[in-house]
Amino acid sequence: MSDYVLELKAITKTFPGVKALEQVSFQLKQGEIHALMGENGAGKSTFIKIITGVHRPDEGEILLDGNKIEFKSPNDAQKHGIAAIYQHVTCYPDLSVTENIFMGHEKVQKGTKRILWNDMNLEARRLLDELGANFDPRTQMGGLSVAQQQIVEIAKALSTDAKIIIMDEPTAALTKKESEELYVIAEQLRDKGTAIIFISHRFEDMYRLASKVTVLRDAQYIGTWNVNEISNEDLVIAMVGREITQMFPKRKAKIGDEVLRVEGLGKTGFFADVSFNLHRGEIIGLTGLVGAGRTEVFQSIFGITSYDKGKVYVKGNEVRITDPLQAMNMGIGYLPEDRQKQGLVLQWGIGRNITLSALERFSSKGWLKDELESEVAKSLSERMNVKANSIFDLASSLSGGNQQKVVVAKLLTADLDIIILDEPTKGVDVGAKFAMYEIINELADQGYGVILISSEMPEVIGMSDKIIVMREGRITAILEQAEATQEAILEAAMMSK
Amino acid sequence: MTEKAMSKVSIGASIAKFRELGLLVFIVLLSIVVQLRNPSFLTIENINDMMTNTAILSILSVGMMLVIVTRGIDLSIGATLALSGMIAALTVSDYPDLHPILAILLGTLIGLICGTILGFLISKGGILPIIATLGLMNVFRGLTYMASGGKWVSAYQMPTSFKSIATSKILGLNTLIVIAILIYIIAYYFINHTRTGRQIYAVGSNPESAKISGINIDRILLLVYAIMGSLSGLAGVLWVSKFASAQGDTAMGYEFSVIAACVLGGVSIAGGSGKISGIILGSILLGILNNALPLINVSPFWQMGIQGSIILIAVMINALVKRGVDRNHLMRRKI
Repeated sequence: MSDYVLELKAITKTFPGVKALEQVSFQLKQGEIHALMGENGAGKSTFIKIITGVHRPDEGEILLDGNKIEFKSPNDAQKHGIAAIYQHVTCYPDLSVTENIFMGHEKVQKGTKRILWNDMNLEARRLLDELGANFDPRTQMGGLSVAQQQIVEIAKALSTDAKIIIMDEPTAALTKKESEELYVIAEQLRDKGTAIIFISHRFEDMYRLASKVTVLRDAQYIGTWNVNEISNEDLVIAMVGREITQMFPKRKAKIGDEVLRVEGLGKTGFFADVSFNLHRGEIIGLTGLVGAGRTEVFQSIFGITSYDKGKVYVKGNEVRITDPLQAMNMGIGYLPEDRQKQGLVLQWGIGRNITLSALERFSSKGWLKDELESEVAKSLSERMNVKANSIFDLASSLSGGNQQKVVVAKLLTADLDIIILDEPTKGVDVGAKFAMYEIINELADQGYGVILISSEMPEVIGMSDKIIVMREGRITAILEQAEATQEAILEAAMMSK
Repeated sequence: MTEKAMSKVSIGASIAKFRELGLLVFIVLLSIVVQLRNPSFLTIENINDMMTNTAILSILSVGMMLVIVTRGIDLSIGATLALSGMIAALTVSDYPDLHPILAILLGTLIGLICGTILGFLISKGGILPIIATLGLMNVFRGLTYMASGGKWVSAYQMPTSFKSIATSKILGLNTLIVIAILIYIIAYYFINHTRTGRQIYAVGSNPESAKISGINIDRILLLVYAIMGSLSGLAGVLWVSKFASAQGDTAMGYEFSVIAACVLGGVSIAGGSGKISGIILGSILLGILNNALPLINVSPFWQMGIQGSIILIAVMINALVKRGVDRNHLMRRKI
């Protein structure tokens, strides 16, 4: 018998274009709460998906109770006693609590296969009681609060006799009091011998619950520590790690007139009290954890969604933008976070993609001027240094970095003053990142005001003149480049006041 | 990129281009087989007949393609066609001196109104196309019966000038064929050389991206259903003139033949893709099946089954080719 209920040895997983995990090892003891931490994109999600059988590792092995095992499917992992609870609860909102708990392993009568509703309801009642929940198992799942839904998910895990429970940011959507109740439940489970992997961005969760913490960074395993033996600062350094290298081309910012001013912008349930201003030639970095409301703020300014409080001024005039076309006509361009879903038409050629948002410019009386169009598309494609045989190559055939260049080229067809870049280097390799940084600097030099939304702290620090940090829909810090350190940013992004 | 990946790409790409050629080859083979069984198939007379019969189908396919490209569907066109045809027929029977061109314009206008109502429901009302068109299909069909009081408008009630729309010739070609050709030329330029044409495909390929690119999606949807309606209205007048009879149940279920022609021609129901050359071939194949199966004495009971099977085979090939092409695109990405 092994010391560990679960052991991962040198797991490597590669996706097209990205190394998601590299030689990651991990050990979990019975009755232990083990925190897993890392920045966005450090590889936590992939790690979980390997354990739960969603993905299969390319290299390395998984040991369960000391025996080597390969999960063929999530169902297979579940049968071996592994259950996961996600931040965004994956439930069936129209079904009852009982049905949700027993989904996939309903109790049926032998032979006739008739579902034994009574047994299931009673068992659900028992599980909920065990977790201190008093709602009726026959209520509809969709009518419960997020916290209650999470309890149902835990009950579901218990109903499968899970020995290992993975909780993926379970407290992210909970209030303090609800979190506290969740901690109590987690401790009860631990005391009964269940091993728990707890993923959270909140230090307070980790200190309160976990005995061990493992840190991942850039798809690599960094280390495992006893929680009471590692200081806050050391942990932050472990998570952030890298020194800011010479990756970021230096430039002298010539800051010009104000092009955008936002005052007290708010949208119920998403963000509140967002105020800042942007000048020509300035790059403002906007960072914070995923879900901090960064994207929502700028999508509402750009007119994709709306805001319900506050004012926006473009070049000194108050505006109320309700659709993207209007935003573009006022000189605002937006590079969406998901370039494949929102930025490109994948089955189209590069040229057509570049000109799509400015067809007005390439047509007269509705008729397209084909030559002008391909000329401009070609020159922009060359200016962005898109690597392709011709502008007729399909967007889907390009690498992530080149796709991103096409989306930037698309922005430049319009007559803009303000460029909003939402995670422009997400999922592209180092070389492509550097190329993108040069492009961003060039844009600022040409007098555009640039907003750089990014989760990568070195990037934000290296590129921006000013850094805005958001947490839970509010700005928690505005730092000048000189005073911005990764520690200061992380603190503003993660700590509750 | 490895040699192997390269060669796979070229095969995938050539299959994608080959598909229309494949349809053409299929049509040729089918024609040869039919010709061997019945020599009267490839006579000038029969070909002219076949093309005249296919003209209306192919006109409707143009509109249906645009609708399907935007990820929609229009089930109401048979009813729109009947309503416009009926009103045009009633009008000419009351005013026999009405110029046939005015009758055509009247029918088209009625179709335009029907299509615009539909377009509003779908774009501004946010009703799913299949539901909205299913509802309006019944409304328009009901209006047709109400307009005619349940009676037919028969040949003797129509002036000769009206009936001659479908029998006259321009430059030696039947007028219906000439109209279809004109519509195809206009549609070709509209799709390939205008801003709006481009935007229709953008909306169908990636609505989210189109929205962020500043395209007014509502306007595009309204437009495609209005075009579809207008073409249905036009087709209604041509239909009534051709058969010299307007009935309440005119063209009932005809929408499915039109959708079939589009799908055969490679228009993807998932939206975003479809070519003029494809729907021409799709319409012709369907026209040949309609004409040839009776000629070679296939039992009427079998005809529908055979038509349906051919459509299914075409759709399966479409899906397989698409899967292959997508995979090849992924393989081409440098990792």
